Amino acid sequence: MLIRRSPLIILLALEIMLNGSNLALIAFARQQGTADGQIFALAVMAVAAAEVVVGLGLIVAMSRRKLPLDVDRMTTLRG
Amino acid sequence: MDVGNILVWAVWFAAAFACLGSGVAVVWFSNPFYSALALIGNLAALAVLYLLLSAEFVAAAQVLVYAGAVMVMFLFVIAYLGGRADAPWAGGPTWQQVAAVSAAGAILVEVVVAVSLKAGGRLSSEPPVDAFFGGPHQIGELFLTHHLLAFEITSIVLLIAAVGGVILGAHSRKLEARVDR
Repeated sequence: MLIRRSPLIILLALEIMLNGSNLALIAFARQQGTADGQIFALAVMAVAAAEVVVGLGLIVAMSRRKLPLDVDRMTTLRG
Repeated sequence: MDVGNILVWAVWFAAAFACLGSGVAVVWFSNPFYSALALIGNLAALAVLYLLLSAEFVAAAQVLVYAGAVMVMFLFVIAYLGGRADAPWAGGPTWQQVAAVSAAGAILVEVVVAVSLKAGGRLSSEPPVDAFFGGPHQIGELFLTHHLLAFEITSIVLLIAAVGGVILGAHSRKLEARVDR
C-alpha cells in the first residue's frame, strides 16, 4: 500500500489487507468453534464496501477536476 | 489418510497459493485493469478458503458483495479514467518503500510468532461443528440476537457511505462547471 502512488492501486491494496484480516477472523472462528468471528468478518466486509464507495467517489472527483492521480502530489486539502 | 482428506488438502493448497499469487500480482501489475482482475481471482480463492473453514454464508456474501458489486464498480472507474489510471512505479527504492516493505515483514514475523506461541499445539486440532455452523440460519440468528448493535451500526455506516458518495458526485459536478467557465 505504501510503495505505489496511484490512489486506485492503494484502494486495491487496502482491500487485500481487509481480506487478510477477514481470513484470520474466520479461521479463528473455526478454531474456537463459534460463529462470532464470522459476524465480525461480515461487518468488516460492509465497512470495506463503504470505504470503496467513498474512495472511488474521491478518485472520480479528482479526475473530473483534472488533478493528477498521484497521492504524493495531493498535499493540500483545499479545493 | 482417506481420499476425502487428500482432496481437502489439494483444494486448500491450490486456493492458498492462488490467493498468495494473485495478491502479489495485484501489487505487481502496472496496469490497474490487470490489478483489479487479479484481485477478483484473489477474492474467489478466499471464498474457497472460507468454504473449507465451513463459513458458507460468508463465502457466498464474499462472492456476491466483492466480486459482484465492489469489483464491478472498480472496473467501471478504471474504464472511466482510461489511460489516466495507469500507475507507473514510483522509481528507485525510496526510504518510504524500504520502510513499508520492512514494516510489512516485521508485522508478518510478529503475527507468526504470537500465534505459534499462544496456540502452537492446538492449531492442528479443530473442534467438531455440525452442519448448522456458519449457515445463513446461524448467522442471521446471531446478528439479530447477540450482535444486534453491530448490525444496526453496519446499516448506518452503509447509509452514510451512500449519502457521501452522492454528495461527492454532486459537489464535483458543481466544481467542474466552475472550472470550465
